[in-house]
Amino acid sequence: MLDLLAARPPGPTYLTVEHVTKRFGGFTALHDVSLSVGAGEFVSFLGPSGCGKTTLLRAIAGLDMASSGRITQAGRDITALPPAERDFGIVFQSYALFPNLSVVGNIGYGLRGAAWPREKARARVAELIATVGLEEHAQKYPSQLSGGQQQRVALARALANRPGLLLLDEPLSALDAIVRQRLRTEIRAVQKALGVTTIMVTHDQEEALSISDRIVVMNAGRIEQIGTPEAVYRHPASAFVASFVGRSGSFDAMVEPLGRLRAGNISLGSDAVASLPAGAAARAFIRPEDVKLGPAAEAYPGAFMAIVGGVEFLGPFCRIHLLVEGVTLEADVPSDQMRGLNLANSARVLVAVPADKVMAYPHG
Amino acid sequence: MAELALVRPRAGRDQRIMQGALLLAAGFLALFLVLPLAWLLVRAFQDAEGGFVGLANFAAYVTTPALAASAWNSLWVAGLTSLLVVPLAFCFAYALTRSRIPGKPFFRAVMLLPVLAPSLLPALALIYLFGNQGMLRGWLLGHSVYGPIGIVIAQVFYCFPHAALILSVALAGADGRLYEAAAALKVGRWRMFTTITLPSATYGLVSASVVVFTLVVTDFGIAKVIGGQFPVLATEVYKQVVGQQNFNIGAVVGIVLLLPAVGGFLLERWAQGRQAGVLSGRSVPYAPKVRLARDVPLLLLCLAVAVALLSVVGIAAWGSAIRFWPYNLTLTWANYDFGRFDSAGWDALLLSARMAGLTALCGTAIVFLVAYVLERGVVQGPLAGLVRFAASMPLAVPGLVLGLAYILFFNEPLNPLGFLYGTLAILVLNSLVHFYTVCHLTAVAAIRQLDPEFESASASLGVPVWLTFWRVTLPICLPAILEILVYLFVNAMTTVSAVIFLYGPDTKPASIAVVHMDEAGQSSAAAAMACTILAVNLGLKLLHLAMGGAIERWTQGWRRR
Repeated sequence: MLDLLAARPPGPTYLTVEHVTKRFGGFTALHDVSLSVGAGEFVSFLGPSGCGKTTLLRAIAGLDMASSGRITQAGRDITALPPAERDFGIVFQSYALFPNLSVVGNIGYGLRGAAWPREKARARVAELIATVGLEEHAQKYPSQLSGGQQQRVALARALANRPGLLLLDEPLSALDAIVRQRLRTEIRAVQKALGVTTIMVTHDQEEALSISDRIVVMNAGRIEQIGTPEAVYRHPASAFVASFVGRSGSFDAMVEPLGRLRAGNISLGSDAVASLPAGAAARAFIRPEDVKLGPAAEAYPGAFMAIVGGVEFLGPFCRIHLLVEGVTLEADVPSDQMRGLNLANSARVLVAVPADKVMAYPHG
Repeated sequence: MAELALVRPRAGRDQRIMQGALLLAAGFLALFLVLPLAWLLVRAFQDAEGGFVGLANFAAYVTTPALAASAWNSLWVAGLTSLLVVPLAFCFAYALTRSRIPGKPFFRAVMLLPVLAPSLLPALALIYLFGNQGMLRGWLLGHSVYGPIGIVIAQVFYCFPHAALILSVALAGADGRLYEAAAALKVGRWRMFTTITLPSATYGLVSASVVVFTLVVTDFGIAKVIGGQFPVLATEVYKQVVGQQNFNIGAVVGIVLLLPAVGGFLLERWAQGRQAGVLSGRSVPYAPKVRLARDVPLLLLCLAVAVALLSVVGIAAWGSAIRFWPYNLTLTWANYDFGRFDSAGWDALLLSARMAGLTALCGTAIVFLVAYVLERGVVQGPLAGLVRFAASMPLAVPGLVLGLAYILFFNEPLNPLGFLYGTLAILVLNSLVHFYTVCHLTAVAAIRQLDPEFESASASLGVPVWLTFWRVTLPICLPAILEILVYLFVNAMTTVSAVIFLYGPDTKPASIAVVHMDEAGQSSAAAAMACTILAVNLGLKLLHLAMGGAIERWTQGWRRR
């Protein structure tokens, strides 16, 4: 079930994908995919490897043509156009920088022909080098640059022609964690400053959540959900999205009347099961930050006792593994509150989950 | 939800260029490789008038004692040569890659020396030493060098660099971690050798054996010069076709010659399939430590091999400058006055250089473009697969067979391309196709090192594919391109078997002139001509090394960190 409101871009539409299917021989990589991207919007395609997100990006770029369906960019049907006749810039996972050309040569590579007389092209390259902060490295070759610097060259090269659409194919996956976080902020800043419509493919949910206006969650060649980062995180449209985006403990349960879920001896109130028939099998998901422990749980009706199975120290908070009647749950507790709670191994602790925080989906 | 109509991708300019180039490549290989070979097959089942005779030619072949004997001779001579060359080359390559002997660059250079000379050169040197007027005739204990003894020794010299090169490549890629792990497990040296070194070199050993075997079976020059009355397949097929104009039996012998080569090709493929990837990205190169018990014997072996290789070349060069071997040992340039021995004179060398130059220039362009289109063409239809297969075929087709196929195909009165027969163009085309596969594989390896998204990136930037080819692909691949250029030139200069059927009265290459002068009893002039071929190739190789450095600095500056 798609959240139809979130599935539409907030402003005027720039790019539309309608019923696109892509087959490689007998394998169907994309099943009837439809979405639209608003002008100036930053949209991420998120999913596990092999979910079709890169295939969809390459269909939009024309690098692998769609088998059927229609793709419209700025009102023009581009479905069958070769890449050279489309209007986009792309950053590849490998960056595909030309190793024998300097930073200047790479960024100015596409600035040729009547539209870019020499002086104008030179000024544009200088402007882009300043934008991505590589003034000191302008004459270096790619192999003399760090991974993050190479990534910036690739970004500048993709933006050089002032394309209407910027495509990013896992642009940060080759970098280490600290550089990755800094660069994603930079990419977002550049994108906002230029107002260029952008699509990024990523398998890193944190990256998608932090950078995007909207996220398209994909699995097995289909779209699972389209929505804002908050909507995708707070209101996953399917069990797949709930398990893939964000962390959660999950267990099998049965739907009981009056909006309750039963797993073994515990019974939980869940707003999510209102639409499910009583007796139906369900899969429940609970995010660790939504689990209340000890005194905080006392205020909730239906609180139950659990046994602490282990404590992981993760810096700002600790993750508590809880065992209840064969069901395992996880709870996050801020590190400075740990002292107040007796959470030694095998200790018994009172647990509660607010009914609006228990996510449940039909199972089977 | 209505099913939308299938998308018909519109081919862009880049794609049309690639498609066109692929069609040209397919046409080229069909015309100058596949059709001639197919015609060879057809002719084997026809009589002289072109009527279908079934297996009659094969029956005639089997029942002609001279022919059957020559097949057996070829096989055992080739087998014996492989048995001698491959272990020797293995030890030599092992010394170059897995020991700490001094002078490795020198040994490496000497190892390649025979490649630069026609195969006839070692045979001529042997005749100086052990022939009827040979200085060391006594060493053979009364046996004649003209025959299997001479063929085998000359072939060992001729094939050694090919085997040593393959094996040193196979042994070069060693993962040091495996040896460290074995040492940590307290494994002895012999067991390390049999469990780590040998398995990783299995493919190289099979490949070297196959290459040597095929080279010997299909080499014409050595058997012609030093074979005496000892019949082998290569000389028999020449007699049948050129001597007796018996094209149909010639076609049958061609097919018989094809068998060991194709068999070897399949064997090599099989070994390649079994060879697990030895080196991963995380491998640590193996760095041998000094160990005298290993290094001293290996150094002595390398010295012996180097002395042998250098003296063979030296004897040939010296002999070519001797007035009258062995009675008047004063030095003279008289033997280099080729006009006295052969009507073409020095023109033969000029023609060879022109032919080799054209082969190198056209061949490098064709090989590299075809490899590029195959690797980077967007649409990979069945045609691309066929072209890829055709490009790998020449490796399994001996030069003699290809020459035979050409003479049958282009001599056919009905062939509109018959005008090529006897021209320089057919010599160039034949040499080009003959040496195609090794060049193709070199080009493919170079292109595969490039990021696969270069063409996509340039398309997204609105830059046509030919411009990116010119600005990025070519400069990066320049070292490989030069390598192909030199390889084609050197091989076209020295080849005998591929062109022996094809030269015309005005297009006689130097390598053929060597055969003719030797046949006419002018072995000193033949040695002189062989030496000039060697000198030209050596000059080019040195130029390549010198220029290579400069070009490297000019185009490969980006590789430096």
